[in-house]
Amino acid sequence: MLDLFRKRRMWRPTAELKDNYDVVIIGGGSHGLATAYYLARDHGITDVCVLEKAYIGSGAAGRNTTILRSNYKTSEGARFYDASVKLYEGLGAELNYNLLFSQEGHLTLAHTDRAMFVMVERAEVNRLAGIDSRVIGPEEIEGLAPAMAMSRDAVHPVMGALYHPPGGIIRHDAVVWGLARGVDRGGAEIHPYREVTGVERSNGRATGVTLSDGTRVGAGMVVNATAGWSSTIASMAGVELPITTHILQAFVTEPLKPLLDVVIVSSQMHVYISQTDRGEFLIGAEIEPWTTYRQQGTLNFIQEASRHTLELFPQLERARILRSWAGLCDISPDFSPILGDTEVENFLISTGWGTYGFKAAPIVGKTIAERIGTGTTPDLIEPFALERFYRDRLVSELGAAAVSH
Amino acid sequence: MSFLLTCPNCGEREVTDFAFGGEVVPRPSSKPSERELNTYNYFRRNVAGLQREWWNHRSGCRAWFLAERDTTTNEVRWVALPGA
Ligand SMILES: Cc1cc2nc3c(=O)[nH]c(=O)nc-3n(C[C@H](O)[C@H](O)[C@H](O)COP(=O)(O)OP(=O)(O)OC[C@H]3O[C@@H](n4cnc5c(N)ncnc54)[C@H](O)[C@@H]3O)c2cc1C
Repeated sequence: MLDLFRKRRMWRPTAELKDNYDVVIIGGGSHGLATAYYLARDHGITDVCVLEKAYIGSGAAGRNTTILRSNYKTSEGARFYDASVKLYEGLGAELNYNLLFSQEGHLTLAHTDRAMFVMVERAEVNRLAGIDSRVIGPEEIEGLAPAMAMSRDAVHPVMGALYHPPGGIIRHDAVVWGLARGVDRGGAEIHPYREVTGVERSNGRATGVTLSDGTRVGAGMVVNATAGWSSTIASMAGVELPITTHILQAFVTEPLKPLLDVVIVSSQMHVYISQTDRGEFLIGAEIEPWTTYRQQGTLNFIQEASRHTLELFPQLERARILRSWAGLCDISPDFSPILGDTEVENFLISTGWGTYGFKAAPIVGKTIAERIGTGTTPDLIEPFALERFYRDRLVSELGAAAVSH
Repeated sequence: MSFLLTCPNCGEREVTDFAFGGEVVPRPSSKPSERELNTYNYFRRNVAGLQREWWNHRSGCRAWFLAERDTTTNEVRWVALPGA
């Protein structure tokens, strides 16, 4: 009986930092943790530490709007994100941690002929990759989202939508905690409140990192998994990135009765909407155009996003806004990620996650772990090498990732 | 509102009045290699700190001007018309 009240630790107390590790991962977000997790699971590499400057999940991992989907526009992107969603489908059971993943479907609305055309193209690319994705008309949309205003005389009437049944939302904090517990059980170390301020190199290869308190940690391999902060770490290693950092914002209303199962995205209205398991309406938009590292939101965003939300869901007129927040996004020129090797040997990067990287965490962890464990770059991430920008070989996801995250 | 910016012609306005033109990037030599050209097009310093950048007063006088802003606080140090 007394045992019921005993506090059980989720993971071991933070260990003493050692002088050297096989792999040092910078960034305790979803990607850094997933990389550490798969290093142990798939390759038995456990002499690994994750260095995080604040608490785990304090970055975009704990601030995102948790949409998972794979209906991207390029074949490279679609098969990559599809592999990630499939890993997510089994992750809760594997980690023995409820990630509250609900695959209730994802609707990208089209309000113009041009948008319909893009949806048809995306559906075709998706189908070729074996991804469940199709264009549907107003009647089917009404069946999936009966609470949404579908009036023909609306400001932006809904002509159709790209429907992606396996898309949905997950509990982001649970993903962070579940992965962290998995990392801990696998034997690797997580060190929160350890800020990296330098990357050591010798003869063109990374050999370790230095921390803000002067500590030096040697490393066989350094992984930069700092998302919005990627440029700062890369510049410490002498690597330049095609990345700019912007804020993305979101807000939630007070909890309401269940009204909406699917995720609704409207690129034209610059808004996307879902209802969380707690009943809050979760609303987001697109990035601010100027670059910044300050995670502070804007009133302008709340005004615009509320206005468009009310056009689609007028019944929310009296719903109060509970919280709003902002997170950093590492935007790449082609809205695709940048993954793998750099010109500095043993310095790997995972960046270019923009507004859509949470869904990619498992596949990033798995493929980067494979790159480290086997020494070869997996086919799945070959198209996303940093090198593509030296040669102008972009993988453009502009049409499928600028507003939809 | 997020922060204020001072147009050298029109004075202080909300940032939503302006279009952001990105950090100032040095132009490559007259006959750049492919790598130099792509570096110019795509690669950015993206500093956390003082950044020199372009702005356009889109909803005002439509002038392009330079600013120096701290990207960790969004505090603008100075603004100037190019060549001034
Ligand atoms: C509002 C918002 C909504 C979003 N919605 C979605 C969505 O619906 N679907 C989706 O797939 N994606 C979404 N994203 C994007 C997604 O959240 C990110 O792409 C993804 O989380 C990035 O990977 P990460 O989790 O590893 O990053 P982060 O959680 O940002 O991890 C990076 C970590 O590095 C740490 N760090 C930085 N500098 C240092 C240093 N010097 N030393 C040590 N540690 C350091 C940071 O503190 C941070 O914890 C959204 C993002 C935001 C902001």
